[in-house]
Amino acid sequence: MYAYIAKRLLVAIPTLLIISIFVFLLQKLLPGDPVLAMAGEERDPEVIAYLREQYRLNDPVVYQYFYWLGDVLRGDLGTSLRTNQPVTELILQKLPVTIQLAVMAMIFAVLIGIPAGILAAVHKNTALDYLANLVALSGLSIPNFWLGIMLILLVSVHLGWLPASGYYPFFVDPLRSLKTMVMPAFVLSTPLAAMLMRHTRSSMLGVLRADYIRTARAKGLSERTVVIEHGLRNGLLPIITLSALLFGDLLAGAVLTEQIFTIPGFGKLIVDAVFNRDYAVVQGVVLCTAAAFILMNLLADILYVLLNPRMRASL
Amino acid sequence: MERKTINNNQAMTEGGNSMKKLTCIGGALTGVLFSFPIMAAELRIGLQDDPDVLDPHQSRTFVGRIVYAGLCDKLVDITPELEIVPQLATDWEWSDDASQLVMDLREGVVFHDGTPFDAQAVVANIERAMTLPESRRRSELASVDTVEATGDYQVTFTLTSPDASLLAQLTDRAGMMLSPEAFEEMGANFGSNPVCSGPMRFVERVQQDRIVLEKFEDYWNAENIFIDRVTYLPIPDATVRLANLRSGDINMLERLAASDATAVQNAANLTYEEVVGLGYQALYVNIDNGPRADNPMGNDNRLRQAFSLAIDRDAINQVVFEGTQSPGNQPFPPSSPWYNADIPVPERDVEAARALMQEAGFERLEVELQVGNNPVQMQMMQVVQSMVAEAGFDVRLQATEYTTLLSEQTAGNFQLSRSDWSGRIDPDGNLHQFVTCEGGINDVRYCNPEVDALLDEARTFTEPSARKERYDAATQILQDDMPVIYLGHQSYIWAMDEAIEGFVPSPDGMIRLTGMQIAE
Repeated sequence: MYAYIAKRLLVAIPTLLIISIFVFLLQKLLPGDPVLAMAGEERDPEVIAYLREQYRLNDPVVYQYFYWLGDVLRGDLGTSLRTNQPVTELILQKLPVTIQLAVMAMIFAVLIGIPAGILAAVHKNTALDYLANLVALSGLSIPNFWLGIMLILLVSVHLGWLPASGYYPFFVDPLRSLKTMVMPAFVLSTPLAAMLMRHTRSSMLGVLRADYIRTARAKGLSERTVVIEHGLRNGLLPIITLSALLFGDLLAGAVLTEQIFTIPGFGKLIVDAVFNRDYAVVQGVVLCTAAAFILMNLLADILYVLLNPRMRASL
Repeated sequence: MERKTINNNQAMTEGGNSMKKLTCIGGALTGVLFSFPIMAAELRIGLQDDPDVLDPHQSRTFVGRIVYAGLCDKLVDITPELEIVPQLATDWEWSDDASQLVMDLREGVVFHDGTPFDAQAVVANIERAMTLPESRRRSELASVDTVEATGDYQVTFTLTSPDASLLAQLTDRAGMMLSPEAFEEMGANFGSNPVCSGPMRFVERVQQDRIVLEKFEDYWNAENIFIDRVTYLPIPDATVRLANLRSGDINMLERLAASDATAVQNAANLTYEEVVGLGYQALYVNIDNGPRADNPMGNDNRLRQAFSLAIDRDAINQVVFEGTQSPGNQPFPPSSPWYNADIPVPERDVEAARALMQEAGFERLEVELQVGNNPVQMQMMQVVQSMVAEAGFDVRLQATEYTTLLSEQTAGNFQLSRSDWSGRIDPDGNLHQFVTCEGGINDVRYCNPEVDALLDEARTFTEPSARKERYDAATQILQDDMPVIYLGHQSYIWAMDEAIEGFVPSPDGMIRLTGMQIAE
């Protein structure tokens, strides 16, 4: 088991390297000179020359990459071109925000998607099933930004129940923090909840047709025990992998959600950085996101092994 | 400058008034009973962007300047009528040839860290702005040769060449005074904990989230500051910014979307303010910047005039900006004292435009127009596209992301390019660097020695009428050559809680806290 984890972690290193090279080159391909954006409206040539020198933009791209890589290996992700703040500091500041958002969204998605999927499967082809499908389809097709703005108008402006946007750190004021995060987390969770619902439904339908379910029923177990204890446990396996993969979607979705609700998280950090051609920030954020993604998938695989004894033998 | 204030509760009935009186008495009684401790007056302002580094010598964003209006005092300030008035300097005098400026300074002023403000502090500040490698203020102070303390509270600027626009530069970031002790200690990192001498001192900043300032008790004009705490919140989406105002999460916002103007004007409990700014909206025509300049539009001013004549500037203002902007044809808005009244904003004249085109030898002409890829700009240029089509111009719009647009303009990779200039207080700032042969941002590479001579000469006078004569003459030539097609002037629009009193809209778009208060 430990050997397996170590192997997976080792494989992650070249993956991260390739990703970093790819992102670095992609950024260089972007049109638009970062120094022009930074020099101010007057574009003083002296300032431009100084900035180019300072950020080593006069050197060949390959050199620039290796400078960056060298710094990263020393634990330094560079400083933001826009605000002079160290990228590591920015990431540490923004990461908890997005993690809170993602975790809350995941909780919403699981709480909505899985029960809805089970209900739809158990009551296949009834009004309940159709309703669940309809809601799921809406969740998938309604764009985040539209739902976000509509919820702000309804919940914050008309009803005055929740703050319209912003962020409070959880450990400073938990209640206020949860209040500001409920809406964005819900918005972010809708497509996920929908996908979880659809997959839980189909997975459960497959399981509920299995022989051992028939046996369980024949033994006279209550329908509840049959579905939850025997059905769900097996039906959940593919859902766990899916959830880990969806975590990536969650991070991508956070970019838009954070933009709408003005949440100072990772997504907002990277979007602003791309528009300002803040290379160091983009590079740092992508590296961290990729690492998080790899880690999440590894966690899912480990969880999979823990839940499914048959998998252990194959390691 | 135009100014419009609409307060929805102004139209209150008599009954409403007596009701209000009763509430006032009740409020006053409650106030007496519960006035200890007094509720701190907190202002929460929604900004369109997150400011960059909070060092006036290094920063370059408009929203950064809004924060400085609370944080950092300047040597001189401007009134809404663009008159230069004392702030940290109480009095000043130009030498006859505008090559020396002597300023007397306010006594008894301290920085937020307790460092006293005096002539030495001014010298240290100006020198830092001129020599710090990261400084974005060098071009603004380019004409300064030396600055000396000629008394404990007197400084003398000696210039390399006459420059009457220097005083106007000192009304903004170049004239902001930072604590020398703080910047000597922090160096280029001053922005992480800025120390100035304004009405508010810095408390904290969380990037992309908030900037918090609180009242500086030792401020020289503290008796006119009624706000105890200000939080600036960057909320880029205009709809969300307004939603925050409506839900009471913020009590003021800057740059309301023009499409929301009517809604705010009609909303109970909100106040609407607008003022025409100092900048302009323009189309830059590539005259001589690289091979792409070699095209009929770049080569023949009659085609540029035809293009301009085919545009209905008032219609653009009505359709795209709900009438909130000011149509224009010069680098200064018609409401500015520098506007050349002999050349009024032209009426649309398609026939005249066609005639000019024919004279230049064209029935139809294909033109490529580069525009920022945001909805408002695109909409504005689509309107222009259909207007000029009637005169014979087949415009192809090229939506370009903003940073890329800047690079393309500098590189000369454009035929027509659309961008805004935020505007400067001194007329020189809206013209000299764009249209003189060696101008720093003359991306169209227009060069006319006559214009150069007029604009250089205008710098040597401190007397406004003598300067205006030169600007009028230059504007006249530019109307004919037309390297820049001016379309209009941006307005600054604010929306706020009706409880906010004492806010004075200024054409520079700043939110000055002096005199502002929140009524209970």
